[in-house]
Amino acid sequence: MNKILFSTLLVALLAGCAGQDVKDQSKAGVEDRSAQQGAQTAPSDQKSVGANPLTDPSNILSKRSVFYDFDKYDVKSEYKPLVEAHSKYLTSHKDAKVAVQGNCDERGSREYNLSLGNRRADSVRKVMNVLGVSDSQIETVSFGEEKPRATCHDESCWKENRRADIAYQGE
Amino acid sequence: MRCQKLLAKRVQSFVAASFLMLAGQANAALTIEIVGSGANQIPVAVVPFAGESQLPQAITAVVAADLQRSGLFKIVDPAGITPEPHEPSEVNYQNWRARSAEALAIGSILRRPDGKLEVRFRLLDAVKQAQLAGYSYVVDAAQLRATAHKIADLIYEKLTGDVGVFGTRIAYIVKSGKHYELQVADADGYGAQTVLASSEPIISPSWSPDGTKLAYVSFERKKPIVYIQSLVSGQRQVLAQFKGNNSAPAWSPDGKQLAIVLTKDGSSQIYLINADGSGAKRLSYSSSIDTEPCFSPDGAFIIFTSDRGGSPQIYRMAVSGNGAQRLTFEGNYNVSPHFSPDGKSFTFIQRANGSSFNVALQDMASGQVQVLTDTRMDESPSFAPNGKMLLYATEIGGRGILAAVSSDGRVKQRLSTQSGDVREPEWGPLLKNQ
Repeated sequence: MNKILFSTLLVALLAGCAGQDVKDQSKAGVEDRSAQQGAQTAPSDQKSVGANPLTDPSNILSKRSVFYDFDKYDVKSEYKPLVEAHSKYLTSHKDAKVAVQGNCDERGSREYNLSLGNRRADSVRKVMNVLGVSDSQIETVSFGEEKPRATCHDESCWKENRRADIAYQGE
Repeated sequence: MRCQKLLAKRVQSFVAASFLMLAGQANAALTIEIVGSGANQIPVAVVPFAGESQLPQAITAVVAADLQRSGLFKIVDPAGITPEPHEPSEVNYQNWRARSAEALAIGSILRRPDGKLEVRFRLLDAVKQAQLAGYSYVVDAAQLRATAHKIADLIYEKLTGDVGVFGTRIAYIVKSGKHYELQVADADGYGAQTVLASSEPIISPSWSPDGTKLAYVSFERKKPIVYIQSLVSGQRQVLAQFKGNNSAPAWSPDGKQLAIVLTKDGSSQIYLINADGSGAKRLSYSSSIDTEPCFSPDGAFIIFTSDRGGSPQIYRMAVSGNGAQRLTFEGNYNVSPHFSPDGKSFTFIQRANGSSFNVALQDMASGQVQVLTDTRMDESPSFAPNGKMLLYATEIGGRGILAAVSSDGRVKQRLSTQSGDVREPEWGPLLKNQ
């Protein structure tokens, strides 16, 4: 399983190195230690990339977003299985790291929303901690209301933006 | 390893190339629309100055526009009164009383042998037939607009008793697509300059008390970091770059320290930091969100937003961090507090009726709250340095614009650019050498 992850990392890394998107690649909120690791353990089995549970649409691990009510940061029970699945993956893959990114809808204060996004990311981290995931595997970051996924100005977009995303390092 | 180095190098050159675009002329000026006026407007005539028709900048048009925009003056049309007076001896007061003018501004502009311009100006009381003020300025042609604002400030001060703020500046963010610019402009929206351009969000600009620097939050390194940038040299420094979020800078009245918000110890908490980035010291100790600090004008207190009571409300604590007290009790969402310049009240955003976010004003002594706006998505209000107007961000037709409202709620203005969203305004201070 480690090899699968590393090969994914390596592919992403090589793409970043050769490629154009330097800016977005470099610092997605996760400290990038993957270069050394990836380079030391060059994988041979390229076919296994396709079977990555993190990206397999039939696997709950491919689901990455926890949604919240307005001005709330508690992880609702319907998202517990998702966070539990990622926690289980992280405890069995000690080398895997995630960035949990908190987001808010556009209403209210930008600074308060930055703090609220931080609380949302933190709420996911705390559930993961309880389930045995080490803090060294999780970095939290808040984008507040600055990076909306949906850009209309009503509840249909706002509910999409009140969200914490789980992003694996190297993705 | 080689790959990593290459990446780092590219990131560096990208930062150098596109983030630090300093002090360029912005292409879109803010335009102002007045949508309300004061109860008692003072009728005043501003007579075109002798010699100004030969200049690139008509001073009196700027003076009249300043006065009119404040909502406190009715501009009396001087057309048709001949001869056009430029000296007190040329004024026939009956002509002006017939048009209900209570005051009259006259003057002249002379080009001196050294190429500089001498602007002479007098303000006359049309009822008492007496001079209220008389000044002369020697300026370069490039300073004519600033001189016009000074004259408008003098008229405002003589006729209302309050300090004029037409010569002040405002800071705000313009977002166009995925492009962000921190800009500074005159209070009338002219002369916009780009302080910083970035492909990542910029929020929370905050003026130093002497008006020479801006603190702000930039996401250019993919997380919020606080910077301080000089408006004189364009140079900038990192103020706070700790683990987690760094945000919400607010200057102390003496300009030596800033209150900021960090998440390095968990949830958002308020810290005090020296203006050179040294000596960060934690002020608030809650397990909740504490953010949006603002110093009282005397520097003794900090008001801030906290959700420690279950919903975001405004609190006040001593600058030592002790004795936090809740100040707002109406509604379940009160955020973004800013003190008035006299410290007797504060403005904030109140969510009313569940869906509307409005600029509100609360009196410190009585606790009485007045909602000043009828727009729906108001954010980040701040006072003009004379306390008479408030500048805030709102949304009209899905676009972010700036708006201003008088502290009595009567006078309303809208400031917008031709494209893009304008947001995060803060009104700059009075400059001492004006």
